Amino acid sequence: MTLTYLATGAVLWLLGLHALLVQRQVLRQIIAINVMGSGVFMVMVALATRGTSTDPILHALVVTGLVVAVSATAFALRLALPVIKASRSSAKSSRAVEPKL
Amino acid sequence: MSGVESVFDFALAGLLLMLAIGALHAPRLYVCVMLFIAFGLVLALTWARLGAPDLALAEAAIGAGLTGVLMLGMLARSPQEVMEVSRRVLSRGNLAVWALSGLVLVMLSQVLWRGVSGLLDGPVLLPDMAAHHQEQTGVDHPVTAVLLNYRAWDTLLELVVLLLALLGVRQVRLSRERFPAPWPLLLAWTRVLVPLTVLVGGYVLWRGAFAPGGAFQAGAVLAAGAVALRLCQVLPPIRWQQLWVRALIVGGLMIFLLVGLVSAGWRGGWLAYPSAWAGTMILLIEVAAALSIATILTLLVVGEDEELWP
Repeated sequence: MTLTYLATGAVLWLLGLHALLVQRQVLRQIIAINVMGSGVFMVMVALATRGTSTDPILHALVVTGLVVAVSATAFALRLALPVIKASRSSAKSSRAVEPKL
Repeated sequence: MSGVESVFDFALAGLLLMLAIGALHAPRLYVCVMLFIAFGLVLALTWARLGAPDLALAEAAIGAGLTGVLMLGMLARSPQEVMEVSRRVLSRGNLAVWALSGLVLVMLSQVLWRGVSGLLDGPVLLPDMAAHHQEQTGVDHPVTAVLLNYRAWDTLLELVVLLLALLGVRQVRLSRERFPAPWPLLLAWTRVLVPLTVLVGGYVLWRGAFAPGGAFQAGAVLAAGAVALRLCQVLPPIRWQQLWVRALIVGGLMIFLLVGLVSAGWRGGWLAYPSAWAGTMILLIEVAAALSIATILTLLVVGEDEELWP
């Protein structure tokens, strides 16, 4: 069980990294960072089951991490908003240009 | 490990990976966000499977609920063209790029695997140490003991991080948000669900002392209820200017700091509670922290920012 979820966590992290590099839209990049974070959390929680008893320290760290991740996401989305607004006005001014979020 | 269990594990892992790929690469942005919310829900199920009910509670409220509301709100403000566009950045024909990225992928996987397998083989000491000192912490649930006693520093600084995120969000100007009028069914459902949210939040907070639950989960559940009410326009606007909002937000941090100072002066250890008082102090901190977290999360998701405009 531990190995399955460890591998899943690592693959999630890699998927997120790939999307972060490939995607050009800000919202997709923010989702990608969140998926990377979920991969890290999954590695930590999978490692928590490696001993005979589950590791409360790793669980507590991930609880903290979840709350920090959502606040960071809120901040990132707010920072991304001017970019979206700019893409809207540029799309209005010249239709030929492909909009970039 | 029995056969049925491993089938369940593989199904869960496969579902997670597929949802992640969909959330990252679906052509329409709306579909991406929807799949990401589903990803959060399946992740909560995974935490429950891995024996972490605390995380499952928090993930269901935060990962699936609040993050989803945030992203949908952002989507509503995006122009139509952005939502429809799907751009392929890597050209399909470029063999060299694919070969190079494949090589990098293999190398990265190797590095990740070496790091993780080293951890797997190492000795596991901390859970036993945590269990050994459990009686002195004032609570019966090991995760709460770690959060508010062994590693109380983490929790204290985490409240600071939340406050910083809120202050950061407040620095960026934004157009006024106008929520659409709620439809009757939504309104009726919210009126039924939100009292239950308050009940569940309070219960989870109280239960944290001896079973899965605690300040973070309770705060997230309460925030979800407040966000639902605000989106239905049952609640008046919540602003940073209001005194009670600021009192709630800063109160959690202040009480935490106060307990730290008192314990430092009393026993000479920063946030090292005396065993006899530990339970009471932790409960005090948890109540204040839960209210503070709930208020901050609510403001982050549906905070009013009209006052930023001149």
